[in-house]
Amino acid sequence: MHTFTEAFSLALALILTGGSDLYQIVGLSLQVSLGATLVACALGLPLGALVAIARFRGRNLLLIVMNALMGLPPVVVGLLVYLQLSRSGPLGFLGLLYTPTAMVIAQTILITPIIAALSRQVLEDLHGEYAEQFRSLCLRPAQVMGALLWDGRHALLTVGLAGFGRAVAEVGAVMIVGGNIDHLTRVMTTAIALETSKGDLPLALALGLVLLGLALVINGAVQALRPAAQRPVHV
Amino acid sequence: MSELTAFRTQAKAASPALSPLLPLEVRGLRLGFGGAPVLDGLDLRLGASGCTMVMGPNGAGKSLLLKLLHGLMAPDAGSLSWNGSPPGQATVRQALVFQKPVLLRRSVIANMDFVVRARGVDPARRDHLLQEVGLAHKARQPARQLSGGEAQRLALARALLTDPEVLLLDEPTASLDPASVLVIERIVAAARDRGTRIIFVTHDIGQARRMADDVVFLHRGRVAEHSRASAFFPTPSSAAARDYLNGKIVV
Repeated sequence: MHTFTEAFSLALALILTGGSDLYQIVGLSLQVSLGATLVACALGLPLGALVAIARFRGRNLLLIVMNALMGLPPVVVGLLVYLQLSRSGPLGFLGLLYTPTAMVIAQTILITPIIAALSRQVLEDLHGEYAEQFRSLCLRPAQVMGALLWDGRHALLTVGLAGFGRAVAEVGAVMIVGGNIDHLTRVMTTAIALETSKGDLPLALALGLVLLGLALVINGAVQALRPAAQRPVHV
Repeated sequence: MSELTAFRTQAKAASPALSPLLPLEVRGLRLGFGGAPVLDGLDLRLGASGCTMVMGPNGAGKSLLLKLLHGLMAPDAGSLSWNGSPPGQATVRQALVFQKPVLLRRSVIANMDFVVRARGVDPARRDHLLQEVGLAHKARQPARQLSGGEAQRLALARALLTDPEVLLLDEPTASLDPASVLVIERIVAAARDRGTRIIFVTHDIGQARRMADDVVFLHRGRVAEHSRASAFFPTPSSAAARDYLNGKIVV
């Protein structure tokens, strides 16, 4: 208990003074996970909208696969991306292994199924409400998808948040493809793992607190965005 | 000549010649769910103009008939033809107003603009219609905060944006107060006067008397009676319609 209290005090001091490499690690974590979330949203939201409105043979199988991929193990994703990006892999010539870009790629693969599957559910419910009206207006599928994505934007913010939460909290994939290199690919989760194994609990705890704080701040920001988004908007 | 009439004339002149959508021919239309027929061999012929009120007890198949006419559903059997065109091809030249208006989660004007962009409508028409339905002053309000009557007026304005040749209305005034009902009826009557063919489902006998040029009375999935309003209300020829108009329970 004494050790925890001491570590906690040191952690707070670290956060307040911005000591060590704390802020650099936090900055890189945000950069990688926000980047992955943006790319995953760009891919996953249209995919979710398409599956929400489309009816085709094998759709149920696709839904099962999409839902199953939500539980992709990060280490497996890390390993697969590693195999592609390693020098002997098919994309080795790009020289991306152990770079933040490789980490963004791994996290994007990890969270795109989450964004796609959750948005599919949200948009399918919405489409159930709008479908007859849209058919009455003779809309093209792209127009239907666009309308659903816009009208479902508040719920989709939460979907994006779920994806970001998964990305920023995972350690296995970024550890494998990033390598946890100091000042280059070290992010909060890999740093926490490293510092804990070294016994530097204050830094590990400080990073843990920042991680928790970030989750709160981002959730708060999304909640604050909602009333703004719900104001009458002429689009 | 009103602005809308002028728009209609210009649009018709500019567009390639289309054969008129009417007359409508329905023969032996059948549709059922779980083996129980709702429409059971329905025959109907509607002429080129006016306002047809579709009446009948609950479960007679009125709303289903509108959806079939609009191409939103396919019949199990029978044929349906808009002057030779199947319902799916005719949908784009019609508009359907649902009993419960389906409004997008946007402002009033954004709901209109959605159709303006999707269907390439002149934006000036949007402003005129908002004025006509009395919602111009609420243009920036979220559509989902409108009252029931206002929401239905917005749905009607949105339907009229595309200048449909046929306007299908599925009990648009159900659960509205008398003032809202009269506003909706005035807008629909104005559309009819501009040449839009109206097919209007209602349970309201007073409304049917006010609006109808002719009445189609459905009973047990068939047309029990189709006659001019001037004949239907004083002397209905079918027993079911007579009982319905006399306030008796018709099953």
